[in-house]
Amino acid sequence: MTAAFPARSQEEWRYADLEALKPVWDQFAEPMTLTVGPREKFEEVWLAGAEDVQLRRVRLSLGAGAKARIFALNNAPVYGRIEVEVSLEEGADFELMGANIGTGVSTNEIVTIVKHLGVDGRSRQTVRSVLNGKAIGSYLGKVEVARGAQHSDAEQSIKAMLLDRGAAANCKPELEIFADDVKCAHGASVGELDPVQLFYAESRGLDPASARALLLEGFVMGLWDSARDRDAIRSASSEALRRVV
Amino acid sequence: MLDISDLHANVSDKPILNGVSLHVPAGEVHAIMGPNGSGKSTLAYVLSGRPGYQVTEGTARFLSRDLLAMEPHERASAGLFLGFQYPVEIPGISYLQFLRESLNAQHRARAQAELSAGEFIKLAQEQARLLGMDSEMLKRPVNVGFSGGEKKRAEMVQMGILEPKFAVLDETDSGLDIDALRIVGEGINRIMRAPDRGVLLITHYERLLEYVRPDRVHVLMNGRVVRSGDIELARDLEREGYAEAAA
Repeated sequence: MTAAFPARSQEEWRYADLEALKPVWDQFAEPMTLTVGPREKFEEVWLAGAEDVQLRRVRLSLGAGAKARIFALNNAPVYGRIEVEVSLEEGADFELMGANIGTGVSTNEIVTIVKHLGVDGRSRQTVRSVLNGKAIGSYLGKVEVARGAQHSDAEQSIKAMLLDRGAAANCKPELEIFADDVKCAHGASVGELDPVQLFYAESRGLDPASARALLLEGFVMGLWDSARDRDAIRSASSEALRRVV
Repeated sequence: MLDISDLHANVSDKPILNGVSLHVPAGEVHAIMGPNGSGKSTLAYVLSGRPGYQVTEGTARFLSRDLLAMEPHERASAGLFLGFQYPVEIPGISYLQFLRESLNAQHRARAQAELSAGEFIKLAQEQARLLGMDSEMLKRPVNVGFSGGEKKRAEMVQMGILEPKFAVLDETDSGLDIDALRIVGEGINRIMRAPDRGVLLITHYERLLEYVRPDRVHVLMNGRVVRSGDIELARDLEREGYAEAAA
């Protein structure tokens, strides 16, 4: 049985391009399930394909002390969605580094639901969006800390750069905490490049346009600095950026 | 080489420079000393064209060109280098990429040949070695995770690679331990001591001046040069403090 087609009234589908999703829903109705056993390590790089509509829906469960890192580039021409629902047992560690790079009238979104089930779990989501034209880039991030999941340490950092007036960024952090000794932080900004960084680059000889292009590259490439296998995602994102900047 | 005349500048509408006049001929190193808030860093930023620093009066000419009419990147291509008091971090961009793009942008502006990746890496490694910096650090994102001293040393590596005609060094000595201070001092001499080059060395302390012997020392207070002399003036300041020596 195929899962019911989502509705905009569901929070996690609020910014989705449902018209684009409809014809392909059957392929993506069921999320893929991944399990990382106790103390195992998992690291994956997710690149965007060439299809107009691209979805990746993953349910990830991390056993005690497991570590998972995902580096994801979301860059669909029409609609891209990366959705990760992850559960963390005691001492598990989850990191998602993701970029929405959108141009034209595209919609690209990253949606995470992070469930801290055991004590001492750690989770990080870092999302950067660069958007031009009328592109939309969204991040919806929910963190749930279960009763008894003490010393959970959750952090989200969301930044977006809009290059045209018609582009839009949505970011929505959401916390649901049922434990009293936890650390949950989030920060979001939509805006301009750092003027101090721009001046630094210009003072070395880069004209304003080149300095901007370089800093935008850094804005996204900084996500991949810690990836073990970063060449493919670096070159894919620099190509995507060239189409946007 | 650098001629500053009656320069007045505001930051957020507050006057900081109140008529600075300075003449640095080619081949000379001039030091600027002064207490906190005297306008030293403002002078450095005004010369390099940082946005938010408004010149209200006076002139600054560099190699006979109107410096104040140029954009920051044009000043860099004309041969002006600013060593930052607080070097800036740029995640996601390696030092090698940052400096290669900067150097080649300057070369294009001067209609010189660009360097290939191989030529550039050789140059960068050589400059890092001369300043005692592990060349592996050049592969890391610009200044990210560098200690205060490493950032200052990296500024000097940048100067060695970009080979400016004139350097304004804003408290390059702060944050350096004694050994690093000597290495940086030797670096300034090696890179900038030449008949066609010049330096404006901004510092609080006299110690760096023992390595980089300035031809002139100026004391800046309340946005004006109140006294000029030779290195003996710097030694007096170190002994007696600004209030006493500038009186």
